[in-house]
Amino acid sequence: MSKLAPATITRWVVSGPPTLFMLLFFLAPSLIMVLASFRYPGAFGGLAPVFGGGRPGEDTGLTLENYQFFFSDLLYTEIFLKSLLIALISTLACILMAYPLALLIARSPKRHRDLMVLLVILPFASNFLIRVYALMILLGPQQALASTINGVLAAFGCAPVSLLFSTFAVVVGMVYVHLPFMVLPLYTNLEKHDPTLLDAAQDLGASAWSRFWRVTFPLSLPGIFSGSALVFIPVLGMFAIPDLLGGTRDILIGNLIKDQFLGTRDWPFGSMLSIMLTVVVLALAGLAARLGQRKRDGGN
Amino acid sequence: MALLEIRNVVRRFASFTAVDGVSLSIEVGEFFTLLGPSGCGKTTLLRMIAGFDAPDEGDLLLDGQSLRGIPPEQRPIHTVFQSYALFPHLTVAENVAFPLRMAKVVPDEIRRRVQEALASVHLLEKQKHLPHELSGGQKQRVALARGLVNRPRLLLLDEPLGALDAKLREDMQMELINLQKTVGVTFIFVTHSQAEALALSHRIAVMNQGRVEQLDEPSRLYGFPRNRFVADFIGKINMLDATVTAVAADRLLLEVAGVGAVSAPLKAGVQSGQTGVFAVRPEQVQLLAEHADAPAAANEVRGRILDFLYIGDVTTYLVQLSDGTRLEALLPNSAPGRAKFFEAGDPVILRWSAEVGVFLHE
Repeated sequence: MSKLAPATITRWVVSGPPTLFMLLFFLAPSLIMVLASFRYPGAFGGLAPVFGGGRPGEDTGLTLENYQFFFSDLLYTEIFLKSLLIALISTLACILMAYPLALLIARSPKRHRDLMVLLVILPFASNFLIRVYALMILLGPQQALASTINGVLAAFGCAPVSLLFSTFAVVVGMVYVHLPFMVLPLYTNLEKHDPTLLDAAQDLGASAWSRFWRVTFPLSLPGIFSGSALVFIPVLGMFAIPDLLGGTRDILIGNLIKDQFLGTRDWPFGSMLSIMLTVVVLALAGLAARLGQRKRDGGN
Repeated sequence: MALLEIRNVVRRFASFTAVDGVSLSIEVGEFFTLLGPSGCGKTTLLRMIAGFDAPDEGDLLLDGQSLRGIPPEQRPIHTVFQSYALFPHLTVAENVAFPLRMAKVVPDEIRRRVQEALASVHLLEKQKHLPHELSGGQKQRVALARGLVNRPRLLLLDEPLGALDAKLREDMQMELINLQKTVGVTFIFVTHSQAEALALSHRIAVMNQGRVEQLDEPSRLYGFPRNRFVADFIGKINMLDATVTAVAADRLLLEVAGVGAVSAPLKAGVQSGQTGVFAVRPEQVQLLAEHADAPAAANEVRGRILDFLYIGDVTTYLVQLSDGTRLEALLPNSAPGRAKFFEAGDPVILRWSAEVGVFLHE
């Protein structure tokens, strides 16, 4: 038997508990879900047994039916595409709003920065659902915002619009909830920039515009990428916001999956959707990594 | 007309005056150095020339035109920063191309001039590397190429050799001198290292507390320091309290503490009865064994070796005089393996001629 070095033992003692936790509560459920996506639903929800007889009317064993059904109806692909589009729009809107904010914080005097960061994450101190309900009130048809907009529209002879229960409201909600996840990584990145680089750029003839696009922006790309991942992926799976703020047509993947488990009680189909979502996200992440790599190689 | 004229420039910060009435003229093609300890105002002056700061009083003129209100990006002046400030996301070639891009030079011309600039600093083979893949000396050369590529009227160098190790620094000094000769761009070099300043410059302005203490060629600065600060800051020097006893036709007669009567070179404006210091460089002081047979010199004093410091090429001896005054003298170790000529405690004679040393009035 080979002797274990003390360093090796320490490493395992320290990393053991979190590894065990992740194996038990992340890897195991994921594998259960993969398995579930190949099974039949039970007659009263849940899963039908793989081996042996089920209840009357239940199919048993393993099947590809769930996957076949997904591709047989374009409706699901459409919901996937719409979810991707909303996630994309929300992410871009987050970048546009978070960038100036993060830059402002990063260029503020050091003693003010902590307070400003605290203000950015302050919404986390109140319950997420309550904040979404607050948005419902704000966007409601009787409120000042909607009245003003519809008043202006009426002046131009246009029909009134509903702010609430629309794709617009869904995007507003998504951006509002996820904005801090974009601000924080961007700020962390921008704060580390060496201010001498901007002096050097200016010294070498760069205008304020060039200094931003040729120095600050390219150096902040890693921050934009991590912020985008932190916004895009949760938005893609989010169901509460489309549920509360969206209209009947604003069903996203998240709602679809939730309905399979809580409404229709078709666990295998829900598991399949969930796995498809994971596959799409991983494929996009892989693509982004590949593009980033190529850009770096192209530079050489 | 001078290339850059600094006219009575004053810059104050909240509680202190960083630059206090500096006037300088810098000529075309010159390698000019601002030398001084940290906090002497040399960097503030450099930032005002670059345009990152503005004088509270006075003016800076480039080719006779005031630079007031002209932002850094519009001045034909580039800076080599102490930290090099290379753009980490751009390759060496892209870094060097940056000022040309900003000046909207056509791509073919950019490519040609980048190659030329990289060739002049021997970095052609590194052009596709990113800055983090380069050594300190290579980064330094990229920063130089980037600063010179579009032929500024003036290149400012802010302690550019500070981050390099000693051997590399010497090599870079040689390269800097050659590069400046070849490209013919006027350099303003800022440093706190007197050795660097002496080795590189055509002229040096020694700064202290926001003022120029002395502006001269390196050899004159070293040989004829105008005051105590300059004498002390540039090189090693022995300083002994002295009083002028007489002003003769060809020399000064001093009464020097611990030594006695000393003949020193004449200096304009010195009068009998003035007090100050007599300053003499260690290498100008001859060190002899007590019974050595040597021609007598004008100035002579006896002492004992207190200590010595072996540096390699020379050994510095610290000699104590009978009243406790200490003087340094040095001897080259030209014989192979020679580390020292004297031991601590040896009685010695110190001699120097009447042509060396300088009296500095208080």
